[in-house]
Amino acid sequence: MNEDAGPIFRQVADEIENAIVDGSLAEETQAPSTNELAAFHRINPATAAKGLNQLVADGVLYKRRGVGMFVATGAREQLLKRRRSEFADQYLRPLMAEAHKLGISGREIATMITRWEESR
Amino acid sequence: MSAPAATVHDVTMRFRDHTALDGISTAIEQDGITGLLGRNGAGKTTLMQLLTGHRVPTGGGIEVFGARPYENDDVLRRICFIKEGQRYPDHFRVRDALDAAALVFPDWDADTAATLLRDFELPAKRPIKKLSRGMNSAVGIIIGLASRARLTLFDEPYAGLDVVARHLFYDRLLADYAERPRTIVISTHLIEEISDLLERVLLIDRGRLLLDTDAESVRSSAVTVRGPREHVRAFAARHELLHEQTLAGSGRAVVRLRAGGESPETFGLTAAPTDLQELVVAMSLATAEHHTRTPTDDLEEVPR
Repeated sequence: MNEDAGPIFRQVADEIENAIVDGSLAEETQAPSTNELAAFHRINPATAAKGLNQLVADGVLYKRRGVGMFVATGAREQLLKRRRSEFADQYLRPLMAEAHKLGISGREIATMITRWEESR
Repeated sequence: MSAPAATVHDVTMRFRDHTALDGISTAIEQDGITGLLGRNGAGKTTLMQLLTGHRVPTGGGIEVFGARPYENDDVLRRICFIKEGQRYPDHFRVRDALDAAALVFPDWDADTAATLLRDFELPAKRPIKKLSRGMNSAVGIIIGLASRARLTLFDEPYAGLDVVARHLFYDRLLADYAERPRTIVISTHLIEEISDLLERVLLIDRGRLLLDTDAESVRSSAVTVRGPREHVRAFAARHELLHEQTLAGSGRAVVRLRAGGESPETFGLTAAPTDLQELVVAMSLATAEHHTRTPTDDLEEVPR
């Protein structure tokens, strides 16, 4: 998988989270199994399992005995909430760092964003 | 946790004027895929030969499934060792090699063998000595997977196999492993291709173990940093420098992280995780330098 995007198990978890956020994996539907994930991403099954277990620990997925993992009710809302709170750190920080290097002020960035939105 | 599939305790293997393994200790846990990595002549094949009872170590002890493997049928029938460039009796056709393997391995899975034979498009009736190098490798891969041996070792399993066939091998290995978890050890130079499949990594260099860790933590154990040369050096001095390259005033270094050391950002450096292949190269080069360096070496040498 992508070497620059953190541990593989985290990437596996992120992909499932993305699918939940964009609605392609609906709540109370079955998530892919360890072996399906391992085969699809060509990764070690233990790594895939670690990704799934992370999501179980986060309350995003839950286990149904002998059946598999399912998306918890409210998972999408929970993920949206978390991602919104992480937004500044994940996106604003690198933006501001680069702007600082180039001597662009926060006010100028705000203007850029407004113009960019208008031009779309 | 169950007992390891194999334990290697302070093993040394000397040939007449050459020490192939020099005091290696490790444990190979049950049910996992382990990558045995290292340069040519590092000692990978020797270690596999010891694990499979093909040789007796000069010093130290080896146990597989709790007993010494050498001349121990009870252990050996649970082991499948696919050697690089495996040779078969002259008159053997592909079919004969598979039939012979079916007799040797108690857990042989004929369906798997038949499926793989089709997947790799091997002509069952062709004499093995008339096969191409890649097809010969495919025979080994089929036997290794279909044996379903509790401990399966592949030594450079894919000489001459093209990229499509290699990916077929990875896919079938994962699928078969999922169905029947077991202990698999693979030695390979194609680290980048296989790194995501590995759960454990053993890196051997000059008969010594440089790395014995789980594959996931390898990815967070080292970084490749870039930035002004002096900053790179200052950062590396807080950790362990493995390999450095400089161009004019900038530098790039592979650095193994020490706990509690400052982050690359503190030094104004950009950092990316070092992938397994880069780490193996950097660690092997670092020990090579260590072996060739003399006290009067280049004064530019970075302190480490």
